[in-house]
Amino acid sequence: MWALGLLRGLGHSAFFLVDLLRSLPWALRRLFLTIAQIHSIGNYSLVIIAASGLAVGFVLALQGYYTLSRYGAAESLGLLVALSLVRELGPVVTGLLFAGRAGTSLTAEIGLMKAGEQLAAMEMMAVDPKERVLAPRFLAGIIAMPLLAALFSAVGILGGYVVGVLMIGIDPGAFWSQMQNGVDVWDDVGNGIVKSVVFGIACTFVALYQGYEAQATPEGVAQATTRTVVISSLAVLGLDFVLTALMFSAPR
Amino acid sequence: MKNDNLVQIDRVTFGYDQRVILSDITMTFPRGKVIAIMGGSGCGKTTLLRLIGGTLTPQRGVVSFDGSPVNPRDRESLYALRRRVGMLFQFGALFTDLTVFDNVAFPLREHTTLPEPMIRDLVLMKLNAVGLRGAAQLKPADLSGGMARRVALARAIALDPELIMYDEPFAGLDPISLGVAANLIRRLNDATGATSLVVSHDVRECFLISDYVYVISSGRIVGHGTPAEVQASDDPEVRQFIDGEPDGPVKFHYPAGEYGADLGLRS
Repeated sequence: MWALGLLRGLGHSAFFLVDLLRSLPWALRRLFLTIAQIHSIGNYSLVIIAASGLAVGFVLALQGYYTLSRYGAAESLGLLVALSLVRELGPVVTGLLFAGRAGTSLTAEIGLMKAGEQLAAMEMMAVDPKERVLAPRFLAGIIAMPLLAALFSAVGILGGYVVGVLMIGIDPGAFWSQMQNGVDVWDDVGNGIVKSVVFGIACTFVALYQGYEAQATPEGVAQATTRTVVISSLAVLGLDFVLTALMFSAPR
Repeated sequence: MKNDNLVQIDRVTFGYDQRVILSDITMTFPRGKVIAIMGGSGCGKTTLLRLIGGTLTPQRGVVSFDGSPVNPRDRESLYALRRRVGMLFQFGALFTDLTVFDNVAFPLREHTTLPEPMIRDLVLMKLNAVGLRGAAQLKPADLSGGMARRVALARAIALDPELIMYDEPFAGLDPISLGVAANLIRRLNDATGATSLVVSHDVRECFLISDYVYVISSGRIVGHGTPAEVQASDDPEVRQFIDGEPDGPVKFHYPAGEYGADLGLRS
């Protein structure tokens, strides 16, 4: 029984995803709706993303210096900070924050629209809520997530510079030039971008699905919001391992 | 020959799993009339509206709109049908992120390519018809329940529908708003030449504004006719409903075991 329920849920969400993908061309035709959503999903996440990026950059520089200085490789601190952020921490931490900041608000908004019969009203007006409400949000999430992840990494590198160069006193020339030599556009930055796009798709999809399928009651919306965070976070961590393994190659 | 009945419900049965909501219902809604469907809470009135709107499929029987059957599986024709139908939801179901003006403009912007000045004029005309032109820039959160429902009504008639469906338009309104709502339903029906379908349990208001009344109880039609005919009916279920008696064919108690036994007074 339990397995059947799980399978049914998976099948249901797969059909939902197909519907959502079919509605995407509609969202492309009415771009201003998507732009409004990028504003509300992306812009309002800027502060938390920047603050977290800075904090992670600070800590990475401190911890990295601690380890690297044992091998007399403290000059490589810039490279370590940049690689860790661009390849791994940028997409993953942004994905987790995105699920908590933007995913929950999407789920709650759509769940409450459903509870207030707004989606049913739209349907009775011959407007498909999947096209009018969900598709622009889906597209906005997919666009916003890589931008936020890039911003997270950039701010994190600045944080690493502040701690490594300004506070610890590593040579700024070595900090930047090692980073410039060691980070590959395709292998490292590309790797991070692919991850952040995938996480954007996963988090936004989970949030929209949970909102759309929420029970139309206060408890129902509360549970759906919780599930959004739990499922998105697990999806980000699981997908991260899969993607890292698939794109893994030894540095040249 | 043009069909005189805008909507026809022919021997429709509907239920979820074992529970039967509507059984073998036949109704006709002639053009230009206000038809009231009355019955207690949970008797299947709202289900009937959903069947006409095509969000539910009858298990047996046919619902037809303007001569052609409603088919929920055919998206194109269903959406074409819905463009000719306006529906007022019980609590208005206004879009809370849009202003009153944008709510009323929503169907116009979605379904027409009219220039913005023309949409503005149309919206103001619809809002004026419900007496809320002055509230155009308010948000739904700033409106009272009665006002929200009038805005929703303006939105429902934005595309000049042929059929307007009202789901409990009187529920939870104060006496003044109630009189306003009843008056509006009748006036809009006569002014636009639409057909109106009012689902309600408000006996007095329904008799006042409707041309024809159906009384439903536990999924069956127990009485129908003009308001005068229904009021004179001597069917016990109809009488209980319109006189509001607490006990009768519809029991006060939900089916239960013997009271004494539940309290442990007798073994």
